[in-house]
Amino acid sequence: MVVLKRPFASLAVNLALALTALVTLFPLAWMVSASLMAPGEASTYPPPLVPRAPTLANYRLLLAEHGLLRQVANSLVISLLATGLSLAFNLTAGYAFAKLRFAGRERVFRLVLGGLIVPAQVAMLPLFLMLKEMGLVNSYAGALVPWLASVFGIYLVRQYALAIPDEMLEAARIDGAGEVRIFVSVVLPTLKPIIVTLAVLTFLGAWNDFMWPLIVLTDHDVQTLPVALAALSREHVQDAELMMAGAVVTVLPVLLLFLALQRYYVRGLLVGSVKG
Amino acid sequence: MKPSRAGWLFAAPALIAIAVFFVVPVVAALVMSATDFDIYALASLHNLRFVGLDNYVDLLQRPLFWRALLNTLFFVVVGVPLSIAVSLGTALLLHSRLARFKGFFRTALFSPVVTTLAAVAVVWIFLLHTRYGMLNYALSWLGVHPVDWLGDPRWAMPAIVLLSVWKNFGYNMIILLAGLQAIPGELYEAAQLDGAGPGATFRHVTVPALAPMLLMVSILTTAGHFQLFAEPYVMTQGGPAERTVTVLYLMYQDGFKWWSLGSASAVAFVLFVFMLGTSLLQARMVRGAGWSS
Repeated sequence: MVVLKRPFASLAVNLALALTALVTLFPLAWMVSASLMAPGEASTYPPPLVPRAPTLANYRLLLAEHGLLRQVANSLVISLLATGLSLAFNLTAGYAFAKLRFAGRERVFRLVLGGLIVPAQVAMLPLFLMLKEMGLVNSYAGALVPWLASVFGIYLVRQYALAIPDEMLEAARIDGAGEVRIFVSVVLPTLKPIIVTLAVLTFLGAWNDFMWPLIVLTDHDVQTLPVALAALSREHVQDAELMMAGAVVTVLPVLLLFLALQRYYVRGLLVGSVKG
Repeated sequence: MKPSRAGWLFAAPALIAIAVFFVVPVVAALVMSATDFDIYALASLHNLRFVGLDNYVDLLQRPLFWRALLNTLFFVVVGVPLSIAVSLGTALLLHSRLARFKGFFRTALFSPVVTTLAAVAVVWIFLLHTRYGMLNYALSWLGVHPVDWLGDPRWAMPAIVLLSVWKNFGYNMIILLAGLQAIPGELYEAAQLDGAGPGATFRHVTVPALAPMLLMVSILTTAGHFQLFAEPYVMTQGGPAERTVTVLYLMYQDGFKWWSLGSASAVAFVLFVFMLGTSLLQARMVRGAGWSS
């Protein structure tokens, strides 16, 4: 009805949205399209939008000959382990800061939040030396260290856990349940939505991470996809089609995961940035 | 077990992890920045000497450091306002009552945010190709001659700004959209009764109501922009003519290519001080303008 009253304004708004969406999606669409082109096809003028004869040859070359399957596995394992570790550390701490009264709680929490002002990269040089001493350079463990606990993760869980009614916990205590039991069977079920949110954010963060894996995983065999892809792109400056296949393999899993769990992802983004 | 003991036990693993893998390294970085930690010290700590502020003094005398600082500031000063403007523009479009298919457009515009930076940087290398790139092809319709985006010292950083705006605007768009949706409808009705046009309504209702959120978004976006690293690493390796060497790129190069960990730590702290100073300045400026609620 609004549309009928103001046809021109409505057209302008929707046209602007459609154009912006087109420009935004274009690089991703071109990436997929070029990955299906024959070698050299993308480097012709005028640049083609769609492949003449779509082929999966680039993917075969990439995964079989360049052995990138190994890096796909590395990325998957590291991201999954990072997600599990992050859940274990941040759920317990976030719940403790929200619901378990202990001496110095507020002061410690403020200190933890204060950590947000220091950029993570400041810690990277000594952290590398530490891990080198421990023999963890070029190991999954080395790549996982930054994902153990995060200030953001603790904050996210705490904000959500604050809403758990104290009476519920008290009732469980009166029934004689221990604190661990309460956490597992009373607290965790109520935290389910934020567990999914934290899991998605961590998985995507670990999968997309670049600088730390670049530093700590120098050995080709343990590298994650983004790091291996960056190295490959330096050797294959001319091979647009092959590189686009590599980009699709890297981007597609997280894009699909996001599309499937979008609601949870956006919730985390808003909790994380709107001060509660 | 008492809840108070349980509290410490539940919080301890995370606190220990943060202490060991974050607090200790940050303090160590500060100490290291006052030493001549280099490849010889890496072999044996006997070769390590305390040099006070020498690393910082040396840094100020290095042209590449100033170049990196200038490049980073360019990226911040041009990139942040541009990025927030696009975020605000698209948020307003999505918020419009006239917009259709909101869910689809929201997802489409947000999707670059979740993509892998290193991978889309590779995609953009080819989109920005002088001869076969889609950007120059599209510009050729407008009669623009091909630009050597990543090879021309004048255009390399603007090209990275372009990629960065495309990659990141969706993030702030979602936050600002939530902010727009939280503005009470009565404010708009009141403005309408007062006979305010769309421009006046935007200036006197939308902007003030959104101000705290815009401040937060600009502080976070600025902090993010100061940490520019992957784009130049993947796309230009700091070139051409060192025009895309950023502060963090310099830290990486000093530390992990030349193993001058002492001087690299100093670079890291200079970055930290710049980020902190800028955040405080932003908060102050907005308060000075009488905006903050």
